[in-house]
Amino acid sequence: MTAGTPTVGIPGAFSGTERRADFPVFERTTSTGRRLVYLDAAASSPKPRVVIDAMADAYAYHYANVHRGIYELSEDATQRFEAARRKVAAFLNAPSEREIVFVRNATEAVNLVAYSWGRANLGPGDVVVTTQIEHHANIVPWQQVTRETGAELRYVALTDDGRLDLDDLDRHLAARPKLVAVAAVSNALGTINPVADIAARAHAAGALVLVDAAQAAPHMTVDVQAYGADFTVISGHKMLGPSGIGALWARRELLEAMPPFLTGGNMIIRVTLEGAEWNEVPQKFEAGTPAIVEAIGLGAAIDYLTEIGMANVREHERYLFTHAWAALGEIPTVRRLGPDDPAIHAGVISFVLDAVHPHDMATILDHHGVAVRAGHHCAQPVMARYDVPATTRASFYVYNDLDDVAALADAVREAVTLFSG
Amino acid sequence: MDNLYRDFILEHYRNPHNHGVLDPHDLHAADSNPTCGDELSMTLRVDDGRQHITDVAFEGRGCAISQASASILTDTLVGLSLNEVRAISPQSVLDELGVPIGPARLKCALLGYKVLQGAVSGATVAWPAEAEASFG
Repeated sequence: MTAGTPTVGIPGAFSGTERRADFPVFERTTSTGRRLVYLDAAASSPKPRVVIDAMADAYAYHYANVHRGIYELSEDATQRFEAARRKVAAFLNAPSEREIVFVRNATEAVNLVAYSWGRANLGPGDVVVTTQIEHHANIVPWQQVTRETGAELRYVALTDDGRLDLDDLDRHLAARPKLVAVAAVSNALGTINPVADIAARAHAAGALVLVDAAQAAPHMTVDVQAYGADFTVISGHKMLGPSGIGALWARRELLEAMPPFLTGGNMIIRVTLEGAEWNEVPQKFEAGTPAIVEAIGLGAAIDYLTEIGMANVREHERYLFTHAWAALGEIPTVRRLGPDDPAIHAGVISFVLDAVHPHDMATILDHHGVAVRAGHHCAQPVMARYDVPATTRASFYVYNDLDDVAALADAVREAVTLFSG
Repeated sequence: MDNLYRDFILEHYRNPHNHGVLDPHDLHAADSNPTCGDELSMTLRVDDGRQHITDVAFEGRGCAISQASASILTDTLVGLSLNEVRAISPQSVLDELGVPIGPARLKCALLGYKVLQGAVSGATVAWPAEAEASFG
């Protein structure tokens, strides 16, 4: 990894310290009596009170099944569920809310595209391109569907400093792939990938583009039209919303041409013993009773983020990143992974030390009240690329501040001392 | 932390006992902890007549808990019969470590045990129930 001292960003766009008051989880202390320093947003984010309250209110006073009942309560629930869909569409700058399919999470959304679009469109000789930086969720579904259809899966390589090798992308595009699947932000390294550039190159080669925005949507503006993407997937639980809800955005003509993924209730117009007619999009892809209250909770999370402003969220995290990157860089033997340019590095820092295994590091940090992820981050090809079995990963969000950065650096320093003793 | 990373754990981690590979050997197994990528292999020599362990060595890479636990475990093996090795309980391995192991670290602490049981049974064995509180 290249070393370097990034310039420190403009002081925070807002106070993370004050934002902590919005999150009930920060009222608790750890069993060692410490303040909770939560640095694992990249795995899943805490929930602000407004999201919890919106879900409690929906369950208490507005709950019935949606798209079914000819009665006021069901119409109320349906209206709130569909309002959440409009919020997701607006948040992603989707041309229409009919292009938003609710799913459980980004993983399910990728699977939906792989199995629905993939089975209908891939065959022997076809090529799908993904990258070595991906979360397993954007690798394994493509491995499965290419194996099943006889298509070939190729991977764009990574540079030594954790960026996608765009020359390698161009080499793979020469094979005229049918689809390019790429993460907007790497969960394991924090790299912000040049999605719009990649999409333009892919389209020029005749490929569709799927963007895994699970790590981008919580932390920066995601604009599917600016991306020039064909599919974009997000997870609610990483962006202050509940678990069990995510979304697929896809261009409407693609959704209309794709066969259903899961079948059953809600997704049909008419069923006879001989067969069925599919409902319109997006209901065609929403079989069974959906995660109604979770969708409403996601809508509340989007309201909360929109009120802060995604540009401000990004600026806040860039500010924390530059401080944390510098602070970790000052600790002897710490090796930071990923690009050192804050313009292309999200609020995620993966690091390793020869003397302290990431699991030991995470345990020691935990005793200081600092919650981080240690492991392969569901990105084993990234670990293999940089020849590490695992990394320790700290990830920032709206409720973090410079005290959290200092707590991280102090605890890492203590671990180094303990293991070198 | 002061409880978990006691000096003797760190000492075993930095200077593991019975470290290396026995060549030749009678029994061998290797395994890994999928949650963190810890790897461990073990070779053993067995007395032909009495079926007792006469020598053991392990090597691996991973966290302090997995490597120290294996080091401590291998210290107890010479002289045991294969049946006695099979009768070692996962809980006794955790007790031998003598430090509190949280649910997220149980597989680290029991990786050496799992490899050992694999070596004496001649096949990879499943994680013991004691490790299943861990996050797989």
